[in-house]
Amino acid sequence: MQQVIIDQYSAVICAAAENKSPLQIRGGGTKHFYGNSSFGQKDILLDTTAYHGIIDYEPTELVITACAGTRLADLEALLAQHGQMLPFEPPHFGADATLGGCIATGLSGPRRVAAGAARDFVLGTRLLDGKGRDLRFGGQVMKNVAGYDVSRLMVGAMGTLGVLLEVSLKVLPKPPFEITIQMPMDEAAAIEKMNQWASKPLPISATCYVEGVLFLRLSGAESAVRAAQIKLGGEELAGGKDFWQSVREQSHDFFQSDKLLWRLSIKSTTAPILLPGKQLLEWCGGLRWLLCDASVGQEIIRKTAKNASGHVTLFRSNALRNAVFHPLDPAMLEIHRLLKEKFDPSGIFNPGRFYSEF
Amino acid sequence: MTLHELVNKLHAILPHEAVLYETEDLRPYECDGLSAYRQLPLVVVLPHTEEQIVKILQLCHATSIPVVARGAGTGLSGGALPHVQGVLLSLAKLNQIIAIDSLARMARVQPGVRNLAISEAVAMYGLYYAPDPSSQIACSIGGNVAENSGGVHCLKYGLTVHNIVKLRVLTIDGECLEIGGESLDSAGYDLLALMTGSEGMLGIITEITVKLIPMPEKAQLVMAAFDDVLKAGNAVANVIAAGIIPAGMEMMDKITIHAVEEFLQAGYDLDAAAILLCESDGSDEEVADEIKQIYSIMQQSGATKISTSRNEAERLRFWAGRKAAFPAAGRVSPDYYCMDGTIPRKRLADVLRGIEKLSLEYGLRCMNVFHAGDGNLHPLILYDANQPGELERTEEFGGKILEMCIRAGGTITGEHGVGMEKINQMCIQFGTGELAMFHAVKAAFDPTGLLNPGKAVPTLHRCAELGAMHVHRGEEKFAELPRF
Ligand SMILES: Cc1cc2nc3c(=O)[nH]c(=O)nc-3n(C[C@H](O)[C@H](O)[C@H](O)COP(=O)(O)OP(=O)(O)OC[C@H]3O[C@@H](n4cnc5c(N)ncnc54)[C@H](O)[C@@H]3O)c2cc1C
Ligand SMILES: Cc1cc2nc3c(=O)[nH]c(=O)nc-3n(C[C@H](O)[C@H](O)[C@H](O)COP(=O)(O)OP(=O)(O)OC[C@H]3O[C@@H](n4cnc5c(N)ncnc54)[C@H](O)[C@@H]3O)c2cc1C
Repeated sequence: MQQVIIDQYSAVICAAAENKSPLQIRGGGTKHFYGNSSFGQKDILLDTTAYHGIIDYEPTELVITACAGTRLADLEALLAQHGQMLPFEPPHFGADATLGGCIATGLSGPRRVAAGAARDFVLGTRLLDGKGRDLRFGGQVMKNVAGYDVSRLMVGAMGTLGVLLEVSLKVLPKPPFEITIQMPMDEAAAIEKMNQWASKPLPISATCYVEGVLFLRLSGAESAVRAAQIKLGGEELAGGKDFWQSVREQSHDFFQSDKLLWRLSIKSTTAPILLPGKQLLEWCGGLRWLLCDASVGQEIIRKTAKNASGHVTLFRSNALRNAVFHPLDPAMLEIHRLLKEKFDPSGIFNPGRFYSEF
Repeated sequence: MTLHELVNKLHAILPHEAVLYETEDLRPYECDGLSAYRQLPLVVVLPHTEEQIVKILQLCHATSIPVVARGAGTGLSGGALPHVQGVLLSLAKLNQIIAIDSLARMARVQPGVRNLAISEAVAMYGLYYAPDPSSQIACSIGGNVAENSGGVHCLKYGLTVHNIVKLRVLTIDGECLEIGGESLDSAGYDLLALMTGSEGMLGIITEITVKLIPMPEKAQLVMAAFDDVLKAGNAVANVIAAGIIPAGMEMMDKITIHAVEEFLQAGYDLDAAAILLCESDGSDEEVADEIKQIYSIMQQSGATKISTSRNEAERLRFWAGRKAAFPAAGRVSPDYYCMDGTIPRKRLADVLRGIEKLSLEYGLRCMNVFHAGDGNLHPLILYDANQPGELERTEEFGGKILEMCIRAGGTITGEHGVGMEKINQMCIQFGTGELAMFHAVKAAFDPTGLLNPGKAVPTLHRCAELGAMHVHRGEEKFAELPRF
């Protein structure tokens, strides 16, 4: 039954490649807002949700393999039953978010700063390339250096290199105990403190600075968390879990706005960024969400991120979006173009959604 | 171009002493850590700067001369084996730590810096670089990136790919790519992941920015002995089922225990069929809790003897045996051959039984050390290269072990790379579609195939000639039939 679906996808891809007609790969459609607006009139929709289900999950191996169309919520619920989690806390942005969309966008949530990003937990993938070939890279084991790491290359590629069929992920036990502490302070001090604490063996699993208050989540054995709480001070927040959920899913008040939302991913120690609008900081200062009017020039925002050894993405905008992702320098763009050509010679997968050049 | 012309052109780029071409000067470079494969290169170059490397690459590119990169030459798969008509590019002289940013927890280093030198340089800030291959006093960080090296702590702290943030890479035409950034992610495709483990096939790494992490307050070790390998394997699963990710979890089989105990008296139980070392690190409170839990899990899992390290000296003594497994093998046998398969942990007992059977069949002893936490098996086949035919039998035995790992749903290499050594087993691990894609990726970076030719990915022709059957991720026809 499952093979029938793969054969169907493959046939769709082969036909599209022959006619050079773009395919828009769609999982739950929850991250529709993300990436360039690239949907053409004649584009064909490739819905990946038919290929869903858990293929293999053995908690003591710390590995789960699932079909790309599996709802992220279902996958996380299964892990939770066994006291485990996706350590990178991917945002869902909607009930129907799929594993494929999660990996293709490569987004990670608050725990990223301590545990690692989506790409850090991908062990293997099965995918269909632009010729409709069914390929498997990596595997279901923790360490594997046979062949180039094509699996991780898929993470954050926005579906432009292939249709993900299956993904194997490393999972981790949920921490037995968590608390959130908060402390008011100014932004410069918060940036300094977050980075200082990150240089110490403290069980900090998430950081957020918003509206003059620094929030820290501590995770681990209760004894260790309590000991760290004494070292750090601050006041314990009652609804810690909801708070982090609101940061992860951008349902926090900060994000409720029609303005442009920019995502600056920069060196964590960068001093406060003085741009019009308001900001929310995560990842010890390595991630800065900027809400501002469209009148703030994108040139200055791009330059600011670049000067801070990072990059910036126009994350949400109500207008038509193009050039959402940070421009690549010519040598890098050339390698991107060549790789795209190898995986998708007819240029049919989500053309333009990532970069207008491919 | 004659050798003489090539040397002249290289002398225009490099000082005379940085170009080697006399046979006796080339000799030290004829092999890496896998000395069964040897080959003299045409020339060895020892540049000091990235600028010199750019020029060397431009010259080789223009004249179609193969280039093989070499770090410290500790690789175990023949990755840095020279090319008979090629230039061997040593990165050893690029050995500077360029910058340390303790607050941002990063260090920018040149590729020839030794792995351990990074941790030593940042120790004063209470930081270290986590991946710790056993070869860390010698191996270079550039080589670590090229192999995606691991260490005994990688279940908890990750492999090289998880601990680097930025690279400078030169492609074969001398073009510089800046990959990654000082941020936690970067724009475009994840080329940082693609470069990591690429075995010198895609580009020359000239600068690496590594992530540093805080040194744990404390580390403590539980050593448990078992009368049955299966019980030890179950103990590993039980630790993880309890929600513990140990800082390290290593297993040794009986023949290893005896070999190392004879070598340095680590205090191992000689009656044990397997010994498990399980380390906890973190804050004092965390370690105290975790060690208590680990101890009782070992008890429940049927350990015959359990000891907990009481102090740092004892912890290091318990580790010393494991760390001396390779030299101990060298003591009990004239030669040994180290394999590197990874398997799902639940298949451990099957695979060990299979190795035992093969060992009898081939008449060669085999020691097993195992990164038990992440399923990475290092069988050490003991042989004597002076006995005619023994090396060939050893290689065949090793090949069989790797095939068994694939059938168990694992892989032919967890951390040592494919290099020259496992090129044939790649035909079994991957189908023609995947291999074709690997060649395509290579061609995107190096269209004329001048970087490290003949390594890492077999030609489709070679696989066809071998007639090796691709095994699909442990899904095999008649899987129920016993094969070992
Ligand atoms: C009538 C109509 C109008 C539309 N108009 C627009 C429009 O104006 N602008 C626009 O951008 N889109 C438009 N779409 C397209 C649709 O929203 C896209 O298909 C959608 O962007 C992809 O799903 P998603 O990213 O929102 O879903 P998610 O499932 O959240 O996927 C996120 C990303 O991952 C990729 N992805 C998901 N699953 C896989 C997988 N298995 N393998 C590889 N990649 C995967 C997706 O292609 C996408 O890049 C329209 C669709 C329809 C039917
Ligand atoms: C006793 C012993 C113990 C070991 N233990 C471990 C272990 O625990 N874990 C583990 O993972 N490995 C281990 N190894 C293997 C080896 O040390 C690692 O693979 C190491 O990363 C190789 O580094 P090197 O500098 O010696 O590289 P080399 O052997 O010189 O080269 C390895 C490969 O990298 C390429 N390369 C080197 N530098 C560059 C560069 N700057 N740019 C591009 N390509 C480059 C070479 O072409 C070659 O393909 C061990 C080896 C020995 C001898």
